[in-house]
Amino acid sequence: MVWLWLQGYLDEQFIQLEDLQDDANPNFVEEVVTLFYGDSARLLHSIEQALESNPLDFNGLEAYMHQFKGSCSSIGARKVKSECTQFREYCNARNAEGCIRTFQQVKQEHATLRRKLETYFQALV
Amino acid sequence: MSTAGLVSRRDCSHQLHVLAVDDSVVDRKFVERLLKISSCKVTAVESGIRALQFLGLDGEKKETAGFDGLKVNLIMTDYSMPGMNGFELLKKIKESSTLKEIPVVIMSSENILTRVDRCLEEGAEEFIVKPVKLSDVKRLKNILTKGDKGQNEEDPLLSLPLSSHDLASSSTSSSSPFKFLDHRSKRPRLQG
Repeated sequence: MVWLWLQGYLDEQFIQLEDLQDDANPNFVEEVVTLFYGDSARLLHSIEQALESNPLDFNGLEAYMHQFKGSCSSIGARKVKSECTQFREYCNARNAEGCIRTFQQVKQEHATLRRKLETYFQALV
Repeated sequence: MSTAGLVSRRDCSHQLHVLAVDDSVVDRKFVERLLKISSCKVTAVESGIRALQFLGLDGEKKETAGFDGLKVNLIMTDYSMPGMNGFELLKKIKESSTLKEIPVVIMSSENILTRVDRCLEEGAEEFIVKPVKLSDVKRLKNILTKGDKGQNEEDPLLSLPLSSHDLASSSTSSSSPFKFLDHRSKRPRLQG
């Protein structure tokens, strides 16, 4: 039931994480998600700062986004990941406006997912 | 029976020790869990430099002699890491006379064929596209432990911890247990 509600936002990697949870490690998923949000805050902050420089360092932006996208992939953050892909396309095209615009989408999806996951973990208690 | 003690020692020594290298804290936690759930001992480090230090190859001192408890049976490393990347780490390991027999698996979120080929040519056993699956770990583990079973059955006195050296000498024609795989298996699976 809850899964259907989360489904658009998460892919099967999230199910893999759940499968790795057991009685001996009952908070594994929440731990991974917590690590993700801690780590991604740092990366998003770096990207935000980098987007303020003029001209943009597209290679640097691409490198940060590659790391961030990797983490998204590891927790199954489907929508966030797809915005990352969009961002990287704009980077490759050296499209500053596209990058800045898409980055707002990335942050939005990232925040939306966080709210959903918080509710999800609370429901499990 | 006099071999009873040896049998139980062999069972304990069958726990594979995997060194996981990844700059992402999320990925380290994930891979560590995959390995632990597969009954492997895990050491997870954040960089190639740290990995080399752990392996006793940090450039300042010579390779340390057999500290059996810390013997590494498999190295799983991310490709894209700041500083020394996975490919450079792979090269350093394969250039070392003491470490070159340890199987190295590369993990990458990007399925780039030239990258895959380069890694395999440099001596990587496999190239796994992230996210790594439990089935990947189980497969690697089965391959690594298969070679050892044959050897122990022949000689019960060989109750040494499982090491790539043991595997290398037990294989008939090839120096790596991964040669049991056909070439296709080394190619990354296409992610859906």
